[in-house]
Amino acid sequence: MERSETMANKKTFSLKGILHFLNSRKVAPYVFVSPFIVSFLVLYLYPMIQAIVMSFQQVLPGQTTFIGTHNYQRILNPTFFQALGNTATYVFFTVIILVMIPIVLSVFLNSKSLYFKNFFRASLFIPALTSVIVAGIIFRMMFGESENSFVNELLGLVGMEPVQWRYGAGTGMFLMVLLASWRWIGVNILYFLAGLQNVSEELYEAADIDGASAWQKFLFVTMPALKPVIIFVATITIINGFRMFEESFVFWENSSPGNIGLTIVGYIYREGIQQNDMGFGAAIGVVLMLIIFVVSMLQLKFFGAFKKED
Amino acid sequence: MKHWSIFGGAMLSLVYLAGCGGGSGDGSGSEGSEEGGEGEADEVEVIGEDSEDATELTFWTFNEQHIGIYEDAVERWNEEYEDRPIKLQAEVYPIEQMNNNLLLSLQSGSGAPDMADIEISYFANFLEGDVQLESMNEHVEPVLDDMVEERFDIYSKDDNYYGMPYHVGATVMYYNTDIMEEAGVDIDEIVTWDDYVEAGEQVVENTDSMMTTVEVDEHFSFWPLISQRGSDYFNDEGDLTLADDTNVDTLQFLSDMVNEDEVAEVTPGGFHHSEEYYGYMNDGGAASLMMPTWYMGRFIDYMPDLEGKMEIRPLPVWEEGGNRTAGMGGTGTVVTNQTEEPELAKEFLAYAKLSEEGNIALWQELGFDPPMYTVWDDEAMDEPNPYYDYFDDDIFDTLLDLNGEIEALNITPDLPDVQSEIHTNVLNSAVRQQNQDPEEALKQAEEAVRSGQTEE
Repeated sequence: MERSETMANKKTFSLKGILHFLNSRKVAPYVFVSPFIVSFLVLYLYPMIQAIVMSFQQVLPGQTTFIGTHNYQRILNPTFFQALGNTATYVFFTVIILVMIPIVLSVFLNSKSLYFKNFFRASLFIPALTSVIVAGIIFRMMFGESENSFVNELLGLVGMEPVQWRYGAGTGMFLMVLLASWRWIGVNILYFLAGLQNVSEELYEAADIDGASAWQKFLFVTMPALKPVIIFVATITIINGFRMFEESFVFWENSSPGNIGLTIVGYIYREGIQQNDMGFGAAIGVVLMLIIFVVSMLQLKFFGAFKKED
Repeated sequence: MKHWSIFGGAMLSLVYLAGCGGGSGDGSGSEGSEEGGEGEADEVEVIGEDSEDATELTFWTFNEQHIGIYEDAVERWNEEYEDRPIKLQAEVYPIEQMNNNLLLSLQSGSGAPDMADIEISYFANFLEGDVQLESMNEHVEPVLDDMVEERFDIYSKDDNYYGMPYHVGATVMYYNTDIMEEAGVDIDEIVTWDDYVEAGEQVVENTDSMMTTVEVDEHFSFWPLISQRGSDYFNDEGDLTLADDTNVDTLQFLSDMVNEDEVAEVTPGGFHHSEEYYGYMNDGGAASLMMPTWYMGRFIDYMPDLEGKMEIRPLPVWEEGGNRTAGMGGTGTVVTNQTEEPELAKEFLAYAKLSEEGNIALWQELGFDPPMYTVWDDEAMDEPNPYYDYFDDDIFDTLLDLNGEIEALNITPDLPDVQSEIHTNVLNSAVRQQNQDPEEALKQAEEAVRSGQTEE
């Protein structure tokens, strides 16, 4: 009896000890961040290192050999540049559209004189809840090549010829940008709306006293206050733009006419997975990573994100 | 945006796992995600489940139709070999997904099924490196003389036969006799491709239909024609000859049919397996179609209004005495090296695909022209079936006539690259957009494939 009591005591003591250890000021922070550290190491760092190693290899079943920089030498081919060009164009348009339009819309949605505010907010946000694939299939049908497709019928009403949307470089890019814009505008509005809540009323009051017009208030009060949000939204739009895959996949799967829908990630998928050339795919992935890194850095520097706040 | 939600998901699951603690939570978590990554099969069918102590074999395919042949085979096998029955679990996946999963599982050394179907365009990927498939030579060699050998060569490497074919895939011309009669054309008078184009002009003039359609997103207009002329993407040594004179001339011919003679148009939907095309053809959009014999099933399934109107003829020839067909498409069934029962799996596959009964079943179940040509004039082949109801009765007389006129296709590891160029650039720019002439388009594709070639 006595014995078991002491054992129980011992047990609670050691349990207490562990809890105490975990709760101590020095250890607790690490305990709380450990899930993220572990997931970073296992899910990000390890695959990244593995990909870099693989980019110097030819990976075939049972025959993995180091082939030096051969994979990298092969990258500079016309298809890669076309993929890069497509992706860059896509990034350019999505960044412009997904920063400008949400700012304007969020200012409207934030305005006191707007009726049905919640209805508009909700309806602009709903597209973000759908899957790209599902929405993309609907888009594909709406923009079908036959004259009976929804959009071509609208064009017919105003006397225009039906368009083969999925077969021209320009219209193809338009479809991808349109799909991405439709889907992400609501989310970005949310970011900007949150940013707008932090703009101090006093600044607007002061501007009113100085006799500023609505446009001047937008330009000199609202915009500077939104700057951190703009930087954030632009950065993630750039990164997501370079990683884009689904928007192209839903329209053409993996082979678009004349590669008009080929993105860098699509190219990685095609070469690495479909054509079983993992080393080459990994090399493209490493190059893509460098591109994203450089572009993001340039953009952050350009916006002055590295300067210390005054 | 996207990565935030992924990150959030990872975060939540980690918090959840941390909450559970212990190995069990961990295990179920990783198992769940593995399943999610592989994706669910569209359909799973277990064949022969009533037999007890049966050895279970798994089989992946991308075409639900194909299972029919194994249903029949398992049934016969289990009757014949009562002492070692088989239970076949057949799983159907979308083709891309199936190929990617199979490639990755063979690459990583686990997760592959016992048997799988591999489509010809993808097959070359599986012959790279140390081949992870079982050689079927011991079963193939004894019967090879009865077979259309070229159909085995395409799935072989270094004298090892890996893939067991479903069909010869003899390319033929399907004519819509209603439209032909209206146009005043006798299809038996069409002997050469020149005759064909002339007949096309008559069709366009006298009816509302086009003579035919040309695929631009797939290869079933271009590849059969160059193969018919004895050319290919590669020569017999496996060197890339994509832009040789015959191929340029053939592509010019296709482009001319669409753009100069205007007897053909670009296939609605881009290829002959698109929904748009099925509807178009069913409504009498085109008077004829060049596709392999295995396309018969599509007529029956998707173009019911043409029943009794379609007739099958050999292809027109390029010059007198030339080939009147080409072997196209195809799928090889393989046994992977991850099977625990290699002998049983191979024997069963041979039983299903290399036996006389198996080959007759290929026709009766699937409407395929079986690789074993010695059964083509078998009595069992004359038994009525939906294919005879839909088309004319002399399908196999036509085929027997064509035996020996089928050229082998040269399959190399670069085939998927070439196909991808053909599907994306060549046909599109030479036929649809016409922003390149055929020679330019083929040269550029050749260049692109070369620059992507891996070190040998």
